[in-house]
Amino acid sequence: MIQIIDLTRSFNGQTVLDGINLEVPTGKITVIIGKSGAGKSVLLKHVIGLLKPDRGRILIDDFDITRASPRQLQEFKMRLGVLFQGGALFDSLSVLENVAFPLREKTRLPEGEILRRARERLAQVNLAAEVEDKYPDELSGGMKKRVALARALIQEPEMMLFDEPVTGLDPPMTNTVFHLIGKTHQEIGYTGLIVSHDIPGVFQVADYVAMLHGGRIIARGTPAEIQGHPDPVVQSFIKGEVNFLEA
Amino acid sequence: MRNLLCRLGRLALNSVQEAGGMTIFLLEALGQAFLPPFRFRRLFREMDFIGVRSSLIILLTGAFTGMVLGLQGYYTLKRYGSEGALGSAVALSLIRELGPVLTALMVSGRAGSAITAEIGIMRITEQLDAMDTMAVNPLQYVVSPKLLAALICVPLLTGIFDVVGIFGGYLIGVVLLGVSSGSYFNGMVQSVQTLDVNGGIVKSLVFGLTIILVACYKGYYTERGAEGVSRATTETVVLSAVLVLAWDYIITSFFM
Repeated sequence: MIQIIDLTRSFNGQTVLDGINLEVPTGKITVIIGKSGAGKSVLLKHVIGLLKPDRGRILIDDFDITRASPRQLQEFKMRLGVLFQGGALFDSLSVLENVAFPLREKTRLPEGEILRRARERLAQVNLAAEVEDKYPDELSGGMKKRVALARALIQEPEMMLFDEPVTGLDPPMTNTVFHLIGKTHQEIGYTGLIVSHDIPGVFQVADYVAMLHGGRIIARGTPAEIQGHPDPVVQSFIKGEVNFLEA
Repeated sequence: MRNLLCRLGRLALNSVQEAGGMTIFLLEALGQAFLPPFRFRRLFREMDFIGVRSSLIILLTGAFTGMVLGLQGYYTLKRYGSEGALGSAVALSLIRELGPVLTALMVSGRAGSAITAEIGIMRITEQLDAMDTMAVNPLQYVVSPKLLAALICVPLLTGIFDVVGIFGGYLIGVVLLGVSSGSYFNGMVQSVQTLDVNGGIVKSLVFGLTIILVACYKGYYTERGAEGVSRATTETVVLSAVLVLAWDYIITSFFM
């Protein structure tokens, strides 16, 4: 379980996260929604260990990553898979090399086995063998996201973190990516944390939803509970009302 | 007046902070270079980029520098009837000063700016963060091989610059202007001391490390998208040139 306790972080005097408390249950997918600039990606970067909070703790199965040594943090990251907003594929490596990268770096598997697993992951995200020799700049946005998903899943992580997984994708590709997240979650059984402002797409895959607003979690529950939440801010966001977006 | 003092103070504090940051960055990256896994393939790739692909520009600038030295030196020495000292004048100028300095400036312009852009783009597209989340240290994977490659290649390129420059001076002084070949080389052998060569080697090591350190550091801490990459690239070239000339003065004062 991921427990976020009183997490606070400011940048240049502006408080972005103001005492966040949230639990992400093991084996379930939790989605954090909120408008652009609400601090969702900042929250995710704290969970990944890329940022340190001003105050508060993040416990992963009772292990506090905010107070971990660099070595402990490295070990923790071995249990993690991350899908970045833009994919973050390595420009200088081909698709197959990108997907194989974590296994080449962190395991002693024979080359043949590494390539077999990389191809298996590419097939899992519905990518044909023809793309494996292409480079990231030759791929569409949706293909980049799927390659990045294959790379994040190659070590069968216990936890998968998704930073805006469908931003910039057209509706069919948005559905495809959410379908793949749901499918791989069923196959691998990871604990998922997704930050997204894609409504209602995220409700397809979410077991739980939390809404971040003004640096705080203002609502949490199952997708049905969030959709029926009485808070007008939550309702405005879900319905995409203009006055909320301009606030 | 007060504003001016505040700005100067801020500039001084920022410079000290950046120097400290760069020193820590250098120590961490060099420390990572000696921890497994050893990335020989990455090292050879960087040696190809920094060393092999810079060799043509070094050959050209070395040849023309030597030729200019030959031409200027000949007419200056001729006034005092000392044309025979041309070989030692060309060799000492190249080995002590021009070889290390011009090689470093050329490598900085060709490879340093490209390294900043490469790492800067990796930063803004979250490739470095992605590497970090895979428990792969970006300093070890990206930066350390470049620093080691600089330590190996820049002294070698400086050696090539010196040799080609000496033959450039020979071409002008001996072949075109009629200085005796024997006096050109004899003067050189008698005047160039081990201390001069050592000074040149020390300079090329320090300059090489400095320009690639600046390039990696500026790229690694790039912010604010494409504009940030552009600014970091410019800062790399300017700061590298200033630091090379400052180091040149400091090291020269130790070897005089």
